[in-house]
Amino acid sequence: MSDLSDLYQQTILDHNRNPRNFRRLENANRIAEGHNPLCGDRIKVYVQVDGDTIGDIGFQMPDGAGCAISKASASLMTAAVKGKPVAEAETLFQAFRDMLAGGAIAPGKLAAFGGVRAFPARVKCANLAWHALHAALQNQSDPVTTESSRDF
Amino acid sequence: MLETKKIRPDFPILARQEHGHRLVYLDNAATTQKPRHVLDAIVGYYSTSNANVHRGAYGLAVAATEAYEAARGTVARFVNAWAPESVVFTRGTTEGINLVAGSWGRTHVKAGDTVVVTAMDHHSNLVPWQILCAEKRATLRMVEITADGRIDLLDFGRALEQRPRLVAFPYVSNSLGTVNPAAELTRLAHAAGAVVVVDGAQSTPHLRVDVQALGCDFYALSGHKMLAPMGSGALIAKPALLDEMPPYHGGGEMIERVWDDHSTWNKIPHKFEAGTPNVEGAVGLAAAIGYLERLGMERIAEHEQALAAVAIERLNDIEGVTVYGPKDHRAGVVPFTYGDIHPHDLATILDRDGVCIRAGHHCTQPLMRRLGVAATARASFYIYNDVDDIDALVTAVRKAGELFGVPA
Repeated sequence: MSDLSDLYQQTILDHNRNPRNFRRLENANRIAEGHNPLCGDRIKVYVQVDGDTIGDIGFQMPDGAGCAISKASASLMTAAVKGKPVAEAETLFQAFRDMLAGGAIAPGKLAAFGGVRAFPARVKCANLAWHALHAALQNQSDPVTTESSRDF
Repeated sequence: MLETKKIRPDFPILARQEHGHRLVYLDNAATTQKPRHVLDAIVGYYSTSNANVHRGAYGLAVAATEAYEAARGTVARFVNAWAPESVVFTRGTTEGINLVAGSWGRTHVKAGDTVVVTAMDHHSNLVPWQILCAEKRATLRMVEITADGRIDLLDFGRALEQRPRLVAFPYVSNSLGTVNPAAELTRLAHAAGAVVVVDGAQSTPHLRVDVQALGCDFYALSGHKMLAPMGSGALIAKPALLDEMPPYHGGGEMIERVWDDHSTWNKIPHKFEAGTPNVEGAVGLAAAIGYLERLGMERIAEHEQALAAVAIERLNDIEGVTVYGPKDHRAGVVPFTYGDIHPHDLATILDRDGVCIRAGHHCTQPLMRRLGVAATARASFYIYNDVDDIDALVTAVRKAGELFGVPA
């Protein structure tokens, strides 16, 4: 049986308490919104793309709250992709999604979310920010929701 | 207080272990568990009386019809309906309200009319009226709530000055636990010339309901929130209103005669029950009512209110916990938040101790905006819960505080 400490690892609790890049980017040229209608959580991801690189990235949770998993995931995501090529961010998104679907553990600090797999009700919380980033990079204007994408 | 030690063994699911703990089920406002009596009634119906109702010329079909119509009589008596034909079986409260909106509403609400709802209505008593008002170009007027979570009577009065065609409100709020003064609200709405729709999803399971004393025109209830199977429920309505309403769904059973290009309608309530009905649901609902009546609705209400009072006091002892809803006039629903811990995280942590609560917006997003929160955690009680369950709840909430480093 998995323990609560597998889900709420110190890295996750730390990023929940002190989220990184938790700000609106004034010079963002890609913005996308993610929404989980089941819990009401919303996230807005701001990306400033320079050529093929993510020059800067930030996020906000417009309704003032997100659960620890969604907020920490967004925070760790921004830290992981900042300064990286867009293609590498998409690769990390795939790796993260694969991990939550039961595949290999994702690289670096993203591995902290491996414990989410034992909590199926929380997988969408962890995925929300990544789907919003993906939408931003794809220049999608409609908000993505956890209920519209089949393989969320 | 009810003797929960005698009640709990009637519920097979309560023997389930959750992560090595006994199941502490505190999500009764979402749905309740089912006693052996209800499960046996359903199995008994299929084992002895199953056939399609209202059409067979053989004894078995007569037995099925008798079981179904006896259940209607049981529901009618339980809520003191005007007559058995006041009871239209539905899939639940949502369908009951949609029936009123789709039939009465589409016939009577015209462009420029006003429909009144409240800021504490469940989406199921809001969205059908939004759809109707958009279609008819009518105005939807939402009555505000007070800071402590009651319907604002001053604003209710202002809304009635618009002479609304229809007024809808919940008897008991699923998000706050507020018990609204339903008879008084109905009297005021009638004085303004409105037809009154009461969402009874959270009241019928928990207190003695008398629709004739309330005086409302329509009252919708759900079986699954009162020990009965999912997909069972009823709309209770004044027979005269049902008589003049057009059908909601077309199909078998609801017709009298069918011609190539038109049909005439069956009498009420069958006019509103197109297709083969949920007979096992009706039979299960009648069995559930029998079980509740043996305990006594007054005792059930007292039991839940006592548990809610204990839970509120014990949760308020925890620094950082905020409990929502009024001080009194409340049912066994306890919504709360704890510091900056998101309710979803709370629910996950409590689940590891076997404690099932609801976290989220509880299908009341306009209310959540007014409370200034994205979500709340909600514990809600029923006949099998006791103070041990509150101990488990409070212990698990404290544990969440330690994990997240909320100052204790």
